Amino acid sequence: MNFLLVLEWLLKGFVLALLLLGGFAYLTLYERKALARMQSRIGPNRAGPWGLLQPIADAVKLIFKEELTPAKADKLIFLLAPVITVVPAVVITAVVPWGPSLNIFGHQLNLYIADVNVGVLYIMSIASIAVYGIVLAGWSSNNKYAMMGGLRSTAQMISYEIALGLSFVSAILLAGSMRMLDIVAAQGGYWFHIIPKWFVVLQPVGTAIFLIATLAEVNRAPFDMPEAEQELTAGYHTEYSGMKFALLFMAEYTKMIAISAIGATLFFGGYNGPFVDQIPWLGPVYIFLKIFILLFGMIWVRATFPRIRYDRLMAFGWKVLLPLSLALVFITSVGIILAQQVNANLIIAIPVVSLLVAGVAVAMIDRTLRRKDYERR
Amino acid sequence: MDYTLILFIILAAVAVASAAGLLVSRNTVYAALFLVLNFATVAVFYLLLGAPFIALAQVTIYAGAIMVLFLFVIMLLGADKLPKAKGLPWQRPLAIVLAAVLLVEAGFLLFQRLQLTANLASPEASINTTEALQSLAKTLFSQYLLPFEVTSVLLLVAMIGVIVLTKKEKGEQEA
Repeated sequence: MNFLLVLEWLLKGFVLALLLLGGFAYLTLYERKALARMQSRIGPNRAGPWGLLQPIADAVKLIFKEELTPAKADKLIFLLAPVITVVPAVVITAVVPWGPSLNIFGHQLNLYIADVNVGVLYIMSIASIAVYGIVLAGWSSNNKYAMMGGLRSTAQMISYEIALGLSFVSAILLAGSMRMLDIVAAQGGYWFHIIPKWFVVLQPVGTAIFLIATLAEVNRAPFDMPEAEQELTAGYHTEYSGMKFALLFMAEYTKMIAISAIGATLFFGGYNGPFVDQIPWLGPVYIFLKIFILLFGMIWVRATFPRIRYDRLMAFGWKVLLPLSLALVFITSVGIILAQQVNANLIIAIPVVSLLVAGVAVAMIDRTLRRKDYERR
Repeated sequence: MDYTLILFIILAAVAVASAAGLLVSRNTVYAALFLVLNFATVAVFYLLLGAPFIALAQVTIYAGAIMVLFLFVIMLLGADKLPKAKGLPWQRPLAIVLAAVLLVEAGFLLFQRLQLTANLASPEASINTTEALQSLAKTLFSQYLLPFEVTSVLLLVAMIGVIVLTKKEKGEQEA
């Protein structure tokens, strides 16, 4: 093993972790500013110019807060839970390629940490591990609200993980590989010189399912059941304070960034964009822009939709998203085989049929989520 | 000594320790977490053997999905703490006899095969390719198609069974 290679890996990992954590700090500011604008407020503007030093002020405040541990809490797990929550949120982005290979002083620098042939499966496995932190935080607090929050989060995250995994499958099928680099490469180029070959064009419904399921996976509004204030005080992090709370908070926002990066890579062309072939430095810029837009979407959704009721959340996940995503896997595979065997133009059948099926699903949503007779009374 | 051997020994120690912790622990949540650790170490074993797909599938399905459901049930039933249970009277002698048999057998095999050079897998660069994954899929869906389909039918039967058991009959009261 080459010493310089190890050093390069270490540096890349360090830089990525720093970027994610710095991104987390400024994402909180971005969210507060954007929410404030949508609610006709000004938002944080005291610390530094345009409130730019606000995240630092928050961090300092949280560091000096008193750390409370409930008397009957399970001390070890209470301490471990925030750590277990943060680690998957940071390591999940290891397989995301941030740009094409750069050539610096004759040395080829690859802008990814790991090139795994089962990259998508890696993301799934880390996402499934991420549940533990929240469940254990809820259980170890020895508080009924925290416990209910933890239990809700388990049920919710497991339910939506299936739809999430199946939405990954359509991207895997379209690229013919589970390797992230192949998936990005398959999305390069244009149809008719204008429409980019992103998978969001080929599989718009799969992308929509991915976006909905990720909202549930990271416990964001309108699926923020584990911390529904009115019912559960603050859910799983009710008993957490100080730096432990900061870690749980950090995990939530780091997950938002990570999941946006994964979505940008799987469905929105990754680092592909105009002139990336000529100027490879543009790659990281494009993926940053895409992440920024996806994050804005998440914040926008939070400002727009009210929290969905818990039983409807489960009904939506199991009765609508799961069958729909199964149907999409079928449609995508049939479309690919038709395009390969009969006529390459038949690939257009994938988005058309998917959208038709999604229309049926919307009708089903109307039926399942409609008020039942006993609710009207 | 090869570095894979060192890794193997450390991992083996962790795997055995977590399995022992699972058995000894009287707190079911801790026992479940020990089992998760054990699954994770087994996944790293698969990685050492050059099978990243199996390793990550192991983490996703066993450590991720199944154990979370275990934890869910443990917490929902409030069965975190087990009382000091009285064991069955014949259980302990039987366990000792069986453990002795296992030890003797393992020791015999160890000494018998000591001459052979241990063939610990060397993770080759060629394993981490898309072709390796495709060949795995081809073998699974051609040579082992029947076991694969039988497994899926088995899972389907289990799923239908659960649905039938939990479904409310017409006219039955809401629980």
